[in-house]
Amino acid sequence: MKKSYIVMASFALILANSCSKDITETNLEFAALQPASTDINAGTWRPIMLTGPTEFPVAAPAATNTPDYIAQVNEIKSFQVNMTSPEKKAVKYWSAGAVLRWNEIMRELVALHNLPPYQNADGTYPAPSATNPLAYPLFPFANPPYAARAYAYVAAAQYDALVAAWHYKKLYNRGAPYTVDATVTSLIPKSDLPSYPSEDATIVGVTTELLKLLFPGDQEFIQLKAEEHKRARIISGANVRSDLEAGEALGKSVAQKFVTRARGDRAGTAGGNATIWAQLETDCIARGETPWISQELPKRPGMLVNFGKVKSFLFDSLTMVTTIRPSAPPSTSSQQFKDEVAEAYNYSKNLTREQLRIAHFWADGVGTYTPPGHWNAIAAEDFVKQNFSEVRWARNMALLNMAMMDAAIACWDAKYFYFNPRPSQIDPRIKTVTGLPNFPSYTSGHSTFSAAASTILGHIIKTKATDYDNMAKEASVSRLYGAIHYRSDCEKGLETGKKVGDYAIARARTDGAE
Amino acid sequence: MKQIPNKFLKKLTVGIFLLSVVNNSSAQTDIDGIMMEKNALCIGPMAGYSSWKNYWEGTLKRDNLNLGKVSTTMYSTMGNYGISNKLNVMFGLPYVKTKASAGQLQGLKGVQDFSLWVKWKAYSKKIGQGRLSLFAIGGYSLPASNYTADFLPMSIGLESKNLSLRAMADYQRGSWFATVSGTFVRRSNVEIDRSAYYTTEVHYSNEVKMPDVASYNLRLGYRNKGAYAEAVLDGWKTLGGFDITRNNMPFVSNKMNATRIGFNFKYPMPFLPQLSVTGNVMTTVAGRNVGQSTGFNAGIFYVIDLSKKEKNDSDKSKK
Repeated sequence: MKKSYIVMASFALILANSCSKDITETNLEFAALQPASTDINAGTWRPIMLTGPTEFPVAAPAATNTPDYIAQVNEIKSFQVNMTSPEKKAVKYWSAGAVLRWNEIMRELVALHNLPPYQNADGTYPAPSATNPLAYPLFPFANPPYAARAYAYVAAAQYDALVAAWHYKKLYNRGAPYTVDATVTSLIPKSDLPSYPSEDATIVGVTTELLKLLFPGDQEFIQLKAEEHKRARIISGANVRSDLEAGEALGKSVAQKFVTRARGDRAGTAGGNATIWAQLETDCIARGETPWISQELPKRPGMLVNFGKVKSFLFDSLTMVTTIRPSAPPSTSSQQFKDEVAEAYNYSKNLTREQLRIAHFWADGVGTYTPPGHWNAIAAEDFVKQNFSEVRWARNMALLNMAMMDAAIACWDAKYFYFNPRPSQIDPRIKTVTGLPNFPSYTSGHSTFSAAASTILGHIIKTKATDYDNMAKEASVSRLYGAIHYRSDCEKGLETGKKVGDYAIARARTDGAE
Repeated sequence: MKQIPNKFLKKLTVGIFLLSVVNNSSAQTDIDGIMMEKNALCIGPMAGYSSWKNYWEGTLKRDNLNLGKVSTTMYSTMGNYGISNKLNVMFGLPYVKTKASAGQLQGLKGVQDFSLWVKWKAYSKKIGQGRLSLFAIGGYSLPASNYTADFLPMSIGLESKNLSLRAMADYQRGSWFATVSGTFVRRSNVEIDRSAYYTTEVHYSNEVKMPDVASYNLRLGYRNKGAYAEAVLDGWKTLGGFDITRNNMPFVSNKMNATRIGFNFKYPMPFLPQLSVTGNVMTTVAGRNVGQSTGFNAGIFYVIDLSKKEKNDSDKSKK
């Protein structure tokens, strides 16, 4: 009987000792941003779309001895007297950086929206509608190309907006509230950077405007974040209200240039139509090759068949066809092709636990922030350690994401130009340990994204270049382990992605930031 | 006291009712009113099969043409040893294999979770014309191989380490009995092969917070001379978790609820009473984020009397 008590007591002890299930989330551990340099001359950096930093003028701020300004300082003080615990939490959260946090919010939205629509009763598939985003299927379906484009527009626009903001910061040189009034407490690290217009509010303005276009059904979530962000800046003592108003207005204006570009970049018609879908198959057969066929039930039209025609950021469409498009894959009737099918089959039959881990680590499939989101997460974690200024954060994120959007365009161009079948279409015995993407095989999207990302990241943080390169190679081969790609898809994808990444490096070298 | 027990182990059911499989794998004796006698070891193999075509995506019942029928095959070994007439320990170790009849997703296979149970008959008294027994039961299970939980519905298990605490009452009158129990399962967090994942928001961690589970089990039936036949109703409810969103994949920390009904029997061979066969059928009648699974399993168990080897160990346990 005694034994039983001991046994029961030990169970109770184990239970009591393991009560906390809280997990540590890396992004919530990020320290407050404390830039190594203010990059005070970033107003001279070369913007992407703006004709120059003064294209959207920012009016001169009120002097710091005016009643208006003093009232704004008092607003900070009143907030600080009655700070609630959610407010303290918000100050800490946003102190890690505006570009960083809005990049995370983007990843959040992408993951939420990365779900393929369920079929109609007749076996066709409904298309999400931007004009009715809350009706099923929700708009958008944030698949990898959609996500890559969304990340790129937001990042590029944030960069341009901050270049303009930095120009006016230097021009007007109005210090942060805590430098004007020594009795204002700064709840975040102090900076010599002029605070008018506010870089944080510039990010809020430019990002929320673009997200109206990209995630029109998530406005409540986005606006709540925007309000919390601006409030956190006032509470922290880093900005007065007029800093925020000027920054937000500037951001919104800059966003319009990018909204206009986005409306005309041909992404709206990237889904194609039944005629185009049939034509791709016919053309492939005419070339004597086995065409890609959707393996989904019911058959789903290939994802964004015309995404390869979307307007890229780093090169023109002629360059893409002549310089970047990879050569043809091994013919579906060649021995090399048969060997590569056999290799994929072999991985589907004999996968080690470590290979399975790699396949899953890089899968970034349905319901995730996609491979471009994964590379944003990787970049963000490393950028945090670099103590970049907000404008340099934006510039680096813009380079990374323009590279990945252009990688998506180049990859999708190849996919539908060659219309190459997946391994499991050729050999139905091939089963996969990751979801089979519903588009042609050649080249691998993961490989293209990853090489583009690792190339530009290796330029930004040169000491990590080898690490990034190895990560890209692992992401690439993970698709072969998953048995959803051939080796050629992966290798050519890496090559193509590298070419795209080199265009980003070329821009980085000449944008005035290095 | 050293005679062959007339009540032995029944069966092990790998409770394959959650989206692909959820580890409910345990000796079913951890949930019935039968005890092994002191120094007797009952051990044997089990095999089971279960499958589902429809599942609940949140509360929406649907099928999936890209999965077809998802099936799970299980082979296990389990044993029950009587430390005393009132204290039993049990173990189970299943091997599990999954398969989808359509689509491309690869089935997985491997040794799933090792489980260990301690069952204590704390109270037994004649009440009216029957006998009431009360039990306290504790169990612990943990993965016995490095399988992945993060590939539902094809994963072979959910990877959490589970601590189960159960209170149970059994009332037998003549050969008829009723057993009712309630269980709390404390599930450890699990680690997946990713650096971030989405539940209702993105989490930047490879660790997933697992909701705990509450379950109940009701059994009514007939037992006599080592044989029994019983009807079972049970419910499993995660305390927390989230629904699968429309056309999304399932995830380890989903809310997973299920109500199942089933039938069990055990029959000792008349020519060799140490040897018995067991069988079970079980079907899911309601659920949330789980497959509507139906399954059966069968086992053969043999009772070995170890008392001769442990002569010096005999204590004063009352029969």
